[in-house]
Amino acid sequence: MNYFPDEVLEHIFDFVTSQRDRNSVSQVCKPWYKIESSSRQKVFVGNCYAISPERVIERFPGLKSITLKGKPHFADFNLVPHDWGGFVHPWIDAFARNNMGLEELKLKRMVISDDSLELISRSFANFKSLVLVSCEGFSTDGLAAIASNCSFLRELDLQENDVEDHRGHWLSCFPDTCTSLVSLNFACLKGDVNLAALVRLVARSPNLRSLRLNHAVPLDILQKILMRAPHLVDLGVGSYVHDPDSETYNKLVTALRKCKSVKSLSGFLEAAPQCLPAFHLICPNLTSLNLSYAPGIHGTELRKLIRHCRKLQRLWILDCIGDEGLEVVAATCKDLQEIRVFPSDPFVGNAAVTEVGLVALSSGCPKLHSILYFCQQMTNAALITVAKNSPNFTRFRLCILDPTKPDAVTNQPLDEGFGAIVQSCKGLRRLSMSGLLTDQVFLYIGMYAEQLEMISIAFAGDTDKGMQYLLNGCKKLRKLEIRDCPFGNAALLMDVGKYETMRSLWMSSCNVTLGGCKSLAKKMPMLNVEIINETDQMDISADDEQKVEKMFLYRTLAGRRKDAPEFVWTL
Amino acid sequence: MEGGLGSLGGCGGSSGASTNDHTVSRVEVVEAEASSYPVEAELELGLSLGGGGGKGKANAWGERGRILIAKDFPSVVSQPQRPNNNNTSTSPACVFGAVSGTKRAADTVSHEAGSPTAGSQVVGWPPIRAYRMNSLVNQAKAARSEEDKGIGEKDKSKDNLKKKICNGNMISAPGKEKGHLGFVKVNMDGIPIGRKVDLNAHACYETLAQALEEMFFRSTTSLNSIGGEKQQGTKLSKLLDGLSEFVLTYEDKEGDWMLVGDVPWGMFLTSVKRLRIMRTSEVNGLAPRFQDRNEKQRIKPV
Repeated sequence: MNYFPDEVLEHIFDFVTSQRDRNSVSQVCKPWYKIESSSRQKVFVGNCYAISPERVIERFPGLKSITLKGKPHFADFNLVPHDWGGFVHPWIDAFARNNMGLEELKLKRMVISDDSLELISRSFANFKSLVLVSCEGFSTDGLAAIASNCSFLRELDLQENDVEDHRGHWLSCFPDTCTSLVSLNFACLKGDVNLAALVRLVARSPNLRSLRLNHAVPLDILQKILMRAPHLVDLGVGSYVHDPDSETYNKLVTALRKCKSVKSLSGFLEAAPQCLPAFHLICPNLTSLNLSYAPGIHGTELRKLIRHCRKLQRLWILDCIGDEGLEVVAATCKDLQEIRVFPSDPFVGNAAVTEVGLVALSSGCPKLHSILYFCQQMTNAALITVAKNSPNFTRFRLCILDPTKPDAVTNQPLDEGFGAIVQSCKGLRRLSMSGLLTDQVFLYIGMYAEQLEMISIAFAGDTDKGMQYLLNGCKKLRKLEIRDCPFGNAALLMDVGKYETMRSLWMSSCNVTLGGCKSLAKKMPMLNVEIINETDQMDISADDEQKVEKMFLYRTLAGRRKDAPEFVWTL
Repeated sequence: MEGGLGSLGGCGGSSGASTNDHTVSRVEVVEAEASSYPVEAELELGLSLGGGGGKGKANAWGERGRILIAKDFPSVVSQPQRPNNNNTSTSPACVFGAVSGTKRAADTVSHEAGSPTAGSQVVGWPPIRAYRMNSLVNQAKAARSEEDKGIGEKDKSKDNLKKKICNGNMISAPGKEKGHLGFVKVNMDGIPIGRKVDLNAHACYETLAQALEEMFFRSTTSLNSIGGEKQQGTKLSKLLDGLSEFVLTYEDKEGDWMLVGDVPWGMFLTSVKRLRIMRTSEVNGLAPRFQDRNEKQRIKPV
């Protein structure tokens, strides 16, 4: 394929945007590899320890946008100790030293310090977009540095981060000359913000399309903001408590009338439901609605709101909506593609939804393909019905609050139900299961789930066979996370080569022993096999027969990491 | 089945120090280590099965010395009882993993009916992101403190809405430690650097006191192990040689220093601003047990 000059090839490759496709392109031949690598601008690194920043820079000198993920997924549920790792600084440092023209940085489950934020703001003149998801280690001081120094900042998107709030005036740090903001999301900040500065910032940002406020922004400020940003497409309401008879409320209604472009709505932290009718005005246009942080919105008010949302494609909701409310969703939202139902009361282990709601959704919403569902109970019959109604699921995550609860009617394991799901949903890529499950369900998954890439298992299975069925059958498996299952060394060591085809494996509270892990590490030098040793009972001389509490292994080109804390052992 | 009991400790998320990625400061290492030390295994089992708690407790505490709380003194309100966990089935209950993923999230209002689901506590279950869990806990707390003041959610009068705003704003009030996910500061006499503990990770005074002991007393070991401040380590353990020398106190909303443990756990949560582990010798009068060191009979706000 030497007919075309490099420039032409490069131009053609510009149209290839997905990372997977570009990876494929680069594997065709050496010239293509070279051209693709030198022209690639966007890179996704699913495990920041799988490769070193220097190698990434070397291969992709034109890199402008990078996504990095750090901690294992189970870190979300506090199964990974604080300070395990995921430090982004070496990456920022390397990019800065090599004068990379970094413009976009997206991090997930990583630790980023104020120093790193400051370094970003000073090293990359064209820096445009910072997206932090479930990150920690920084404060509003770091945000102030970004605001002050990134003259062309378009996007600052903070999603569910743990941010130390110094109540500084980071919002006031955006200079008057900064008019480039398109997206600003600070919903996760716990502290006050300078409201006057916020309003001024909105007023001088004509391109602002996405704005998500935190709880400290009251209704009267919201109204002022909406008056100045009528072209918003995505709105996250802050605190929504006010007297529905007041002047402020009426002004809000007027402002909302002008917001004809809002398609996505979220927030309503501390909501007073009687004020909701104001939002009925924009509901008909909504394609995305996130009320999962609004326990104050429930019952009739919630159902009234939903009935106005006929175009909804994505809904995140709390389980106080109840099966009844889900039936309203099923009847109203015929375009629904994704739904997440979260538990609303963290104190009492009772969810307000059951298999009834799930079946209603699958019956009423033909386009539904992605679901996360926390519920009180499930039955095989319901799952079989869902499988029949919705063969298009790509993501199916079911969490029964009692993790080993059997079929609520027959008391049988839920093997048949999940088996039906994997058999029917041929495009299933992600699966989480719960309830009473035996080795049988893994047999089904191994047999049918050909496209499965990620699976989360807890309190399931009887013997090593369960895990073996999985590893044998799922050819496209990339991420496997297991907790509290009776899988041991026989399963772990059955096919060690498999782990090089996967991103990572997490096993905690299973039956794998230190000896098994050592053996695996020895056979597979391209894997980092990390033991997280919290109990201080293990040391190098520990008995190989001892069970390992937490193991995390991942393929890597970077060797063992240098920033592992004392309690992490790389075998 | 192996219990996924995981770590006990206050620090679920970042607890103050901004992380310098190159040189993790000693304090942060201490935090990491302290927070990763779990409860003694027998103690965990004891609490979850509801029966052997006392036995386990004595073992674990005896070795390290204790921080005294209200129940250690006579004529004090008894502690809120844990719900009776008599369920011996193998299936763990559907109890939410606590905010820090350690103990069950506060079954805070002790006069509420105990959780209907008995059984062992499961770390990290149900699988809800810590951020979301913390949000819900804070929102639930704010709602409960409204109820405590007699304001129903259905009341539509102007006054009540205003009060709702006030209570809601409690979470956003500047400087309020409680707004930070239930973390409150803990200082111990004689130690210049304070810690933070997540109150939402505990359902009762026992586990809180225990966690604090892990943090402050156990930390001597970790300080030694990273080769620093050996002197301080020795000094602390000497203090523990005798009987308990420390008392746990808290500052309440009104600015008074009170002995931890007198009021029901839920009430404590809504009024505590910060904690202090005080030397018993500094407390001006507490209980007869310490009369040989103190003359007076009441705590004076320190």
